[in-house]
Amino acid sequence: MYVASTRAAEGPPPPGAPRVSRVPTTVYLLGTVSLLTDISAEMVTAFLPVYVIFSLQMSYLQLGLLDGIYTGATAVLRLVGGYYADRVHRHKAVAVVGYGLSAVTKLVFPAVGASTFGLGGVLAVDRAGKGLRTAPRDAMISLVTTPDKLGAAFGVHRTMDTIGALIGPLATFAVLTWLTTSPGPIFAISFCFGLIGLIVLVAFVRQPPPQRVKGAVSLRALGGLLRLRGVRRTTIAAALLGLATISDAFVFVVLQQAAGVSPTWLALMPVGTALTFLLAATPLGRFADRVGRWRVFFAGHVLLLAVYLLLLGPFSGLPLVLLTVALHGLFYAATDGVLMAHGATLVPEHLRAGGLSIVQTGQALARFASSVGFGLLLQSLAFTPSVWIAIGTMLAALACTYLLIRPEVAR
Amino acid sequence: MRAWLGRNRIAVGVVAIVLVVVASAVYVVRTVVDQRAGTGPGAAVASGLVYVDNGGGQNAVTSVDGSGHRVSGSLKCLRVYTAGGTTVCLRMSLPGAYEAAVFRGDREVRSVPLPGTPSRARVSASGQVVSWTVFVTGDSYLAPGGFSTRTGVLDLRDGSLLETLEGFQTTIEGVPDDRVNENYWGVTVASDDNTFYATLGSGNQTWLVKGDLRGRTMETVRAGAECPSLSPDEERVAYKKRGGRLGGWQLFVLELGSGVERELPGSDGVDDQAAWIDGGTLAYAKVREGGYPTIYSSAADGGGGPRVLVEAASSPSPA
Repeated sequence: MYVASTRAAEGPPPPGAPRVSRVPTTVYLLGTVSLLTDISAEMVTAFLPVYVIFSLQMSYLQLGLLDGIYTGATAVLRLVGGYYADRVHRHKAVAVVGYGLSAVTKLVFPAVGASTFGLGGVLAVDRAGKGLRTAPRDAMISLVTTPDKLGAAFGVHRTMDTIGALIGPLATFAVLTWLTTSPGPIFAISFCFGLIGLIVLVAFVRQPPPQRVKGAVSLRALGGLLRLRGVRRTTIAAALLGLATISDAFVFVVLQQAAGVSPTWLALMPVGTALTFLLAATPLGRFADRVGRWRVFFAGHVLLLAVYLLLLGPFSGLPLVLLTVALHGLFYAATDGVLMAHGATLVPEHLRAGGLSIVQTGQALARFASSVGFGLLLQSLAFTPSVWIAIGTMLAALACTYLLIRPEVAR
Repeated sequence: MRAWLGRNRIAVGVVAIVLVVVASAVYVVRTVVDQRAGTGPGAAVASGLVYVDNGGGQNAVTSVDGSGHRVSGSLKCLRVYTAGGTTVCLRMSLPGAYEAAVFRGDREVRSVPLPGTPSRARVSASGQVVSWTVFVTGDSYLAPGGFSTRTGVLDLRDGSLLETLEGFQTTIEGVPDDRVNENYWGVTVASDDNTFYATLGSGNQTWLVKGDLRGRTMETVRAGAECPSLSPDEERVAYKKRGGRLGGWQLFVLELGSGVERELPGSDGVDDQAAWIDGGTLAYAKVREGGYPTIYSSAADGGGGPRVLVEAASSPSPA
């Protein structure tokens, strides 16, 4: 029985309904931490190409390559962060280390200067911080939220996170246009946003209290999670669908060509995806709480299949761009937080961070493998046949997932 | 102490946030107030030089004349090149979006949206053919997050825009080539406004190519040479090439007639498309250890080491 209409969540609680079934304050605080940290991260991401090519007079080619490799490699660090947070039962402390590492890198950028090796190292540390903090943070969200509100809670968090991702590039543009083109202030401002995020986490967020029923936290227990049918199937299904998920950048480049619009749209497409994502994440999270998280996650990937079909260019121009970008944003809204909400219902509390990190790592490694695969594919194929292969892969992944997870779909 | 912090954590957090905001505001305001254009020592350039001033914090397009007198205009660019009365300015137009703005004199005549982060820019001696290279994300042929390049050519005589050179008929070392995985960058156009030199990259190899804009063809001239720059007399091409002990880039000048290649001593670590500021001198930007980029000049015959032209500046172009 769920009282999860949007109105019920905002209005006064109906008589008899426990107050705790709202999205808890801790989730909003963790959302604020992510919002500030994303402003910090995206400010630098938006500035990095200009910084490397013009301030450092370097080629961006090697660096882009390194960044891609680190993103894949540090996916494994999620397991480390998740396991350790459960082990010492200090999710907040592990998250502080992760957010702290990323914040500090912003100050190190100017110090390493024009060294490919140094820049690569700083980027690696930044990614490592992101890898470490993700699972403990998601575990905290799930531990403070009642099970019937998990979708809504992760939706609220992802909405706030994405607001930060949108503000970051705007902040960089504003500084470059109206203040200064010197690198120092950009890195300093980015660092301050990261630091404020860290202060919010340290001062305002409380570690969720230990569970009454405490189980052993060991590597064996963590591995044992994969013997639970729900966890195993969810991990395999998320990884299968991850294998069929092509990177955003690839989607946007193909979309620009298929629609035949000006390259300026390449910069606006990620904004469109993010806007749809942030607007839809919370409502879709609530919807998932009601109709079943796995169903919504699955439906999200059907939306991605629709995105791929649109990349074939059934029509062109602005309508194609708007529709595709909207569906792409809905795909994220239906899958990103919803998968964690679903995972949280399967993993016992004392193994929550580690269990969520298994699902996340499987998905992240699969997506990394997929982008490497599509990259190699493009060496010998043009866009259209590549998109057809993506469509075929997604259809196969959806079919396998449907068969594999049918018991879960029925909840 | 710990208990006190625990009780007052909200107040401590608020105070800490206020301190961070104030400190960063003070730092940023001081940095912005302190920046002044064109303060570093620089040499007078007899024939004049146009460049981007990176020290003043505004990326202002600045010119220096034969007496060392500097003038910064209102134009702000990441990269600039000027020739024959035409100026091309590559700049950020929106967050994450870039454009090539083309000026005849002071009047903007064309603005072309770019599909990625700008890298190189050139104008032919007549001022009629404008070209640029950008790094494109997404359609990487190497790895996720990798980049490819795309080169555009704008012909001001008829306003035609070539968004990429990828459709050209390419001959690699005598063999017609039709592979998909090709990247082009660093175009330099001759005074006939049709012949050009550029870089072709495919797989792990790069070539200097010579091409024909109207005929849409090109053929390789030499392996390993990147970012060519054709001399005013069109008998020599300057380019960067991997060399030296550490495999970094160095500048070389190739005599097209004889095929003799000369290294420019002291140009190690350069990553720029050099510009001919007169018939015997090349200018290029290179970053000094831990600092701003600096514009150097080198004699094109390989005699003598580099000379600092302008500190905290990049994107040199003959005035």
